[in-house]
Amino acid sequence: MSKKAKVIVIRTAGTNCDYETVTAFELCGAEVDLVHINQLLRKEVDILNYQILAIPGGFSYGDDVASGKILANEIQYRLIDTISRFVSERRLIIGICNGFQVLVKTGLLPGIDGIDKKEYTTLFNNDSGKFEDRWCYLKSTSNRCIFTRGLKEQIYLPVAHGEGKFITLDEKTLEYLKKNDMIVFKYVNKDGDIAGYPANPNGSAEAIAGICNPGGNILGLMPHPERFVTRYNHPRWTREKLPEEGDGLALFRNAVEFAKKKLQ
Amino acid sequence: MKIVKTLKILKAGEEQLLEISRKGLLSLNLAEMKAVQAYFKKKKREPTDVELETIAQTWSEHCKHKAFRGVINYNGKKIDNLLKQTVFKATKELNKEWCVSVFTDNAGIIKFDENNCVAFKVETHNHPSAIEPYGGAGTGIGGVIRDILGVGLGAKPIMNTDVFCFGPLDYPEEKLLEGTLHPRRIFKGVVSGVRDYGNRMGIPTCNGAVIFDEGYTCNPLVYCGTVGIMPNNTCFKKVKVGDIIVSLGGKTGRDGIHGATFSSIALDKDTEVSAVQIGNPIVEKKTQDALLQARDKGLYNALTDCGAGGYSSAVGEMAEETGARVYLDRVPLKYPGLAPWEIWVSEAQERMVFAVPIEKLSEIMKIFERENVEATIIGEFSGTKRLELFYGSEKVADLDMKFIHEGGPRFELTAEWKEKKNNEPNFVSPVNLGDSLNKILSDLTVASKEWIIRQYDHEVQGGSIIKPLQGATNDGPGDAAVARPILTSWKGVAVSNGINPRYGMLDPYWMAASNIDEAVRNIVAVGGDPEKIAILDNFCWGNPNKPEELAGMVRASLACYDIAMAYGTPFISGKDSLNNEYVDVSTGDKVAIPGTLLISAISVMEDVRDAVTMDFKAEGNSIYVIGTTHNEMGGSVYFKLKNELGNTVPKVDGKTAKKIFAKLHKAIKLGLVKSCHDCSEGGLGVALAEMAFAGGTGVDVCLDKVKRSGDVNRDDYVLFSESNSRFVVELEKKHQAKFENLFKEIEISNIGQTGGDKVMIYGLDNRLVISEDINVLKESWQKPLRTP
Repeated sequence: MSKKAKVIVIRTAGTNCDYETVTAFELCGAEVDLVHINQLLRKEVDILNYQILAIPGGFSYGDDVASGKILANEIQYRLIDTISRFVSERRLIIGICNGFQVLVKTGLLPGIDGIDKKEYTTLFNNDSGKFEDRWCYLKSTSNRCIFTRGLKEQIYLPVAHGEGKFITLDEKTLEYLKKNDMIVFKYVNKDGDIAGYPANPNGSAEAIAGICNPGGNILGLMPHPERFVTRYNHPRWTREKLPEEGDGLALFRNAVEFAKKKLQ
Repeated sequence: MKIVKTLKILKAGEEQLLEISRKGLLSLNLAEMKAVQAYFKKKKREPTDVELETIAQTWSEHCKHKAFRGVINYNGKKIDNLLKQTVFKATKELNKEWCVSVFTDNAGIIKFDENNCVAFKVETHNHPSAIEPYGGAGTGIGGVIRDILGVGLGAKPIMNTDVFCFGPLDYPEEKLLEGTLHPRRIFKGVVSGVRDYGNRMGIPTCNGAVIFDEGYTCNPLVYCGTVGIMPNNTCFKKVKVGDIIVSLGGKTGRDGIHGATFSSIALDKDTEVSAVQIGNPIVEKKTQDALLQARDKGLYNALTDCGAGGYSSAVGEMAEETGARVYLDRVPLKYPGLAPWEIWVSEAQERMVFAVPIEKLSEIMKIFERENVEATIIGEFSGTKRLELFYGSEKVADLDMKFIHEGGPRFELTAEWKEKKNNEPNFVSPVNLGDSLNKILSDLTVASKEWIIRQYDHEVQGGSIIKPLQGATNDGPGDAAVARPILTSWKGVAVSNGINPRYGMLDPYWMAASNIDEAVRNIVAVGGDPEKIAILDNFCWGNPNKPEELAGMVRASLACYDIAMAYGTPFISGKDSLNNEYVDVSTGDKVAIPGTLLISAISVMEDVRDAVTMDFKAEGNSIYVIGTTHNEMGGSVYFKLKNELGNTVPKVDGKTAKKIFAKLHKAIKLGLVKSCHDCSEGGLGVALAEMAFAGGTGVDVCLDKVKRSGDVNRDDYVLFSESNSRFVVELEKKHQAKFENLFKEIEISNIGQTGGDKVMIYGLDNRLVISEDINVLKESWQKPLRTP
């Protein structure tokens, strides 16, 4: 019997997409533990017992100071050694929505200097100036990212955020992301073309919806793959022919399969 | 300075008693003050401020529902306890085995699946939202979420629903009464308040409604509802003598002092803002995370939330059978300087009170500590059947539980109903009705609420099945929300609301009947089982001491009984918010809201994959109207365009309606129905237009084919009458025979088919009365609230 991939989903005050994130991994056959950050900080749980680490969406610590910042600081200042080892051993990390904001603020993404000392990229207030929940078409654009290997070219996922506008520190950073195949998802319209609002729901630079590190083992994205795991999550399932499985599930399955292979 | 004051009431005369009540913002009337006086005369001592405040909070209209539970003389007929005689009575007589806990706890509980139940509660937060819209609305949603966290041994919130009533957004500035905020400001504040709290809690807001009417300009209504799921064995609580009282969550401050009593009186320009609470959703989320873990480990015997009246109500309720000792100086404060009575009645948010057996104390505290939530031992449930409060070594209150809960005198009120006669509009049906249809679609109550809906996360928790926005471009108006709380099961819940205050301006009886019909209709339209619908009542009214106001409440209550019985839909919980009035300082008059009853409905769906949406699915499908169209233009949006109310309020034929719901449900279960939408505001015309532009396909129908009563003989009335229990249904032609056979004894009419890109409607004489492009109609519907 092959061993199950082990996933740790981290939560803290204000995390709120934990249940569906746990479920998505479980649907792909993983063994999942939902762990409070305090359990890690007190060394009650060791991250290195897991092959995949997920930071789900929500409003960690109310997004006080800046979205994702406080949780990012906890990771950066108190867990970074373990996390560095986790990453260098090519284990996988995914940050969704608020989790993406956390990864960017810890310097794990884009990870240009390994773990970045400065914020090369950030997620800023939506151009619309408000929180918005809507479904978006996404073009899968990276061959490097482990989570999206073999993914169909265009998928459909919901976003739900107020601060999701992806921007880079400078032009050089953007070039670096492009050159190193680190742009994982771009917002597009139904026809697959880059377009303005609402196709690009937040005004992200180059319509970027998700990026990975140069190693391809850390993914951060604003859209919610865990919210589209069955066709009945789709906003038009009552009127369109759709496959039984939702577009988001493939990301979790890729991660679980990759981790399982490494276990053998 | 003494920390506790004693008040001299033993020798006070009537005037002085009233003065003490008025000065202390106690909202107690003379009879109540006299009852208090008599109690302390027996005790041979004067009361402390803490004691008086405790009594005032517990006896407040907000907590006690005095009007509903009093003795009412209604047009010469005596009604002893209106609630018991109507709403409760229906539930009792229907006696559904799937009703688990009704009207006793923070929320109503019904069965969900083998292992779980669902709880549902809708609350109002009207007064606070009038004064401080953002904070008032945020703490409104925060409060109802805590009701769900505190029902039984605690439920996990899975869905929110919100219904708001505001004044018109274009209300002239100069007409605003002194001290009131403009409806636009209230609207925006309320929407963002609910957004920021609900989103941060991670609870999807999937359903709602917004009503605009001049009557809500001074007193907006903010209804917030939450559904929760809980294991079967956590539906009931029982405090044991010796249990430790633990307070969890937020600290106590001066915010929200007198919330319960303040919401029991009319507002005026001098109303204190300090009565509004300050919310912090993340503290509440932490509290939720911590308490659900403790619940699953069985670490406490009871809990409840601190809502209106704060600790006074929470501990007071929990200790009703046992009594309690509470040490107020141990309560963690936001800042020093609070008097004991302020600590006791403050409605500071995000606090829950637990009854923890002493042997489980260390384990529960460990969980709370790990989740970074502040937990404090503040006393114990004593077994003395007395409420004893201490501050340091000083005893600051000592009251008998029996007096607190049963010592208040009952109210005797008079209700007098007079039939109203309005002007009956007199005009001929316009030759072209396209203009009217566009205008109705642009009416703010009808118009698209997408601007609001998208600001609410309606998909968090991953269980959303039928979303609030649906159709070809995800923007059509859905009837009810469907979600599945357990992601590995297809079982789900459908949730909807029914509200139409304009009918109440004609007759609150038929308003209540129509609202129940609408809530039920919405559930049935998406595929919910009409045999499994539970409903909630939420009365918002003016001053019950005015006989005509109270008569409206009586009539609405009577309909609640009649229609609930006819439909087999038990009430499982309810709420009333009275005294929604504003004092116009220039005249001294009190302006009241139109009596408003919100009916919210919930139904358990066996399989959410049976659900249908309201958008037309394809060209060439047949369109049916189910139900009969009557001359019921009274209170319609069509008459509103002409600034008229009319008289012919929509009525309900319970027997026929029940049959319609059952048949339609069967048709949906059989998979015959491609799309289904109920006829509500704007009647058949609006239903057809919405289905067409949501589906991106036109429709071609003939009004002469619509089954109607004999007195409906003009195109505009057929199209815009708001008769109840009607649906528009789209079928594939191949299913027509089967469908018609199923509906044999019921009036249904095949009125046309889908196709093209226009809504084409032929009148009674087969002349074209509407020919409008679906995109034009959609624009009329979307434009008014696109960027409000």
